[in-house]
Amino acid sequence: MTIKYKSIKEIKSMISQKEISYKEIIEEVYKLIKENEDLNAFITLNEEESIKKAEEFDNNSSNLPLAGIPIAQKDLFCSKNLRTTCGSNILNNFIPPYSATVIENLENAGCISIGKTNMDEFAMGSSNETSFFGNVQNPWGKNLVPGGSSGGSASAVSAGIVPAATGTDTGGSIRQPASLCGITGLKPTYGRVSRWGMIAFASSLDQAGPMARTAEDCALILNEMCSHDEKDTTSLEDEIPNFEESLNNSLKNKKIGIVKDLDLSSLNNDVVEIYHNSLKEFESLGAELVDISLPNLSLSVPTYYVVAPAECSSNLSRFDGVKFGMRSEDVKDLEELYVKTRSEGFGDEVKRRILIGSYVLSAGYYDAYYKKAQQVRRLIKNDFDNAFKNIDVIMTPTTRGPAFEMGSKGDDPIQMYLEDLFTISANLAGLPAISLPNGNIQNKPIGLQIIGNFLDESTILNFAHMYQNETNWHMYTPEGIKQ
Amino acid sequence: MSWETVIGLEIHVQLSTKSKLFSGGSTEFGAESNTHVDLVDMGLPGVLPVANREAFYKAIRFGLATGANINQTSSFDRKNYFYPDLPKGYQITQMEQPIIENGSIKISVDDYEKKINITRAHLEEDAGKSIHDMFEGETGVDLNRAGTPLLEIVSEPEISSAKEAVAYFKAIRQLVTFLDICDGNMAQGSMRCDVNVSIRKSGDKELGIRAELKNINSFKFIEKAINFEINRQIKLIENGESVVQETRLYDSDKNETRSMRSKEEANDYRYFPCPDLLPVIISDKELKEIKENLPELPEEKEIRYVNEIGLEESEATIIASSKTMANMFEEASSKTDDAGLVAKWLVGDVSALLNKNNIDIDESNLSPENFGKLIERISDGTISGKIAKSVLEEVWETASDVDQIIESKGLIQIQDENLLENVAKKIIESNPDQVKAYKSGKDKLFGFFVGQVMKETQGKANPKTVNEILIGLLK
Repeated sequence: MTIKYKSIKEIKSMISQKEISYKEIIEEVYKLIKENEDLNAFITLNEEESIKKAEEFDNNSSNLPLAGIPIAQKDLFCSKNLRTTCGSNILNNFIPPYSATVIENLENAGCISIGKTNMDEFAMGSSNETSFFGNVQNPWGKNLVPGGSSGGSASAVSAGIVPAATGTDTGGSIRQPASLCGITGLKPTYGRVSRWGMIAFASSLDQAGPMARTAEDCALILNEMCSHDEKDTTSLEDEIPNFEESLNNSLKNKKIGIVKDLDLSSLNNDVVEIYHNSLKEFESLGAELVDISLPNLSLSVPTYYVVAPAECSSNLSRFDGVKFGMRSEDVKDLEELYVKTRSEGFGDEVKRRILIGSYVLSAGYYDAYYKKAQQVRRLIKNDFDNAFKNIDVIMTPTTRGPAFEMGSKGDDPIQMYLEDLFTISANLAGLPAISLPNGNIQNKPIGLQIIGNFLDESTILNFAHMYQNETNWHMYTPEGIKQ
Repeated sequence: MSWETVIGLEIHVQLSTKSKLFSGGSTEFGAESNTHVDLVDMGLPGVLPVANREAFYKAIRFGLATGANINQTSSFDRKNYFYPDLPKGYQITQMEQPIIENGSIKISVDDYEKKINITRAHLEEDAGKSIHDMFEGETGVDLNRAGTPLLEIVSEPEISSAKEAVAYFKAIRQLVTFLDICDGNMAQGSMRCDVNVSIRKSGDKELGIRAELKNINSFKFIEKAINFEINRQIKLIENGESVVQETRLYDSDKNETRSMRSKEEANDYRYFPCPDLLPVIISDKELKEIKENLPELPEEKEIRYVNEIGLEESEATIIASSKTMANMFEEASSKTDDAGLVAKWLVGDVSALLNKNNIDIDESNLSPENFGKLIERISDGTISGKIAKSVLEEVWETASDVDQIIESKGLIQIQDENLLENVAKKIIESNPDQVKAYKSGKDKLFGFFVGQVMKETQGKANPKTVNEILIGLLK
């Protein structure tokens, strides 16, 4: 019996049939990690502790909903007594004294956190090339990027090492790597999941979510991840539905918004064809296509690249070598301590964003950039609010194309920033969105994005699950279709 | 040429909440370094602030007492700068939407009164403390204070002299202590103040270029620093030079201000709305509750003392001027039927001691309880007024308990008429000349006999009884 490429649902059934012990599951996870060391998907492992927990589950049967399910945690979530680097040199020695609410919630539901996954430094990047701990490999091909920033999580799930992982999504960091690695990843509504213990990149956009093999597994994890958290004042108090219950609802007469303003002409023909095939599939499930207009959508990328760097420039000020993390040696004075620590501690992309952010917030530029960007953000949100009066979901391709070669976009940050063209608007508007595999281009997977209305994760999970009931794109693995 | 001074004050008032503005960390003063610090106060990666409503309630009390607008929706911004005692690299403050705007307070200086307008009062978190003198060649950081709630009260530039500035500071201090929102303890840094000073030709409308004097924490230094700064600016201009906009530090040892940083070197704080905190909304119900539970203010106390208790107006003014004085009055009055006696002691002997030592009553050794006991012992006849004075002086020096002093020094008043009569007879017998003179009409000598009896009894005799006995014997 193996758990490789197995979904949570399947592993749960193996456990209940007594086909495998909890300890065997965890031991296999670590074996798979070692076999896949080339992927560089993990920064820190939690082997001893995880095996101990598995043995406890073997000794005392548990009713917890995710008892013994191995999960990989993005290294952006603080984990008590387990090194948390955020992919950065500046935190390479940081061991948090507390755990993020996301980790606590999942462990309280029975999940075993098997290790911390590699990521773009401070979640800034779309290819995992900005990590201090080296590139992550996409299991679908040598030298292919896994996407970013949750690249380690996407790679680990895609390679079948773990059934699920946590990710965070500020402008597409769950959905884009999910698309490029052929898995399903969901960014919830802003405020659904507590940000306590998530190392902040852009606080008003950051949201944690599940990455898994299927929409159904995403629902299982999301059920446990969400909670109203008094430690996070932006966490929502709204009732949290059971996301599993609505998975099989009929799509008959449901309305899918197709964005007229979206120019698909710059995309690879295959991407467009795959997208249209998926729409047809949904039509055959009874859904209707409705043209909608999001007139300010084209402003998403520039708006995002003002708001996100502004917030990051402030959020990253605490990494100064004074209290925690790395501190440069041999400094003469305070000024040099700051300059040297931050110069050595941060990589180029992080520095670039801190500079952009400091610039747009500085006296004399604030109104022209930051304030204006916030106003445009409001317009984008209004566009979505209007659109959702008549539709249930919006569909777009998740990415402009499949996984690209490492280094191919290295010198042109703008090209890299455009990777998030389709995903960014959901963050700006705070809406939930999912990416699920809907085709292959030259044996490289690609994803469909479904954006939902505020707090309506249930509907996008329902759409995704019904699609996965009818198609097998989510069954493809780098080693061929899963039996 | 005559010059006019324009002064504006920014007073930081530490609000007396139990926990910090954005965390559950304790705000208690004087604990061992870095023991009152939780994850949020340390600014660890991933932590988030949660606003403490109690701090809002306290700020609102101040707003209500100064007739200000209360912004029922207020929000937080980040002020970004690097300093080791600022754990997050930014301070959370209220820039765009402060909780309080447009209030005023009355000050009195020598023989006139003046209204000073308050532009705004906003909530913000305090920084920690850098400790430069503890480790050779290194600086320590104590984060106990980091995150303590401050109310920054910003006045309009309407203050015209160092004296007015001190009066304004005193008025704010009096108000915040009465409102029970700050302990007013300046030595512990519970109130600190930045002063903006500029001068202009008398009659000019335009403001002159200002200097900001940082972090002055005593009445004495406020006055000295401002006066030094006024003279410095006048001299500069009269010598044909100009004042530069800068931040200056007051050195109390040398009594001078010196440049800390110029406008060009000033930080660009890159303010922007704090994305971790939603705007705080105060409901009508909350506001109503705060209004209804507003403590009695000095002016209200004064009126009550005159109308209901029957104090002289001058007494009422002095007693209502400080929270501790008023507390003492109220506590001691509850121990006796004679509130007038309490007032007489406070305005008389206690005030005299305060003036002599040039301190405020809350800096003295006299506690409301102990003072109440003193009054109780006078009115129940245990000690005489004269003895009471010496007991008060003893308390003043040692803070010992009144009853203990009376007991250990054997000061209990002698009431025994037989005993006193014997003493009086002895005095009369041994002073035949004075008796003769008294009887021939020298009435003033009566005091001599009283004095002798008191001397003989070491001041412990009940003066009223002694009077009665002597009148009888000398008939």
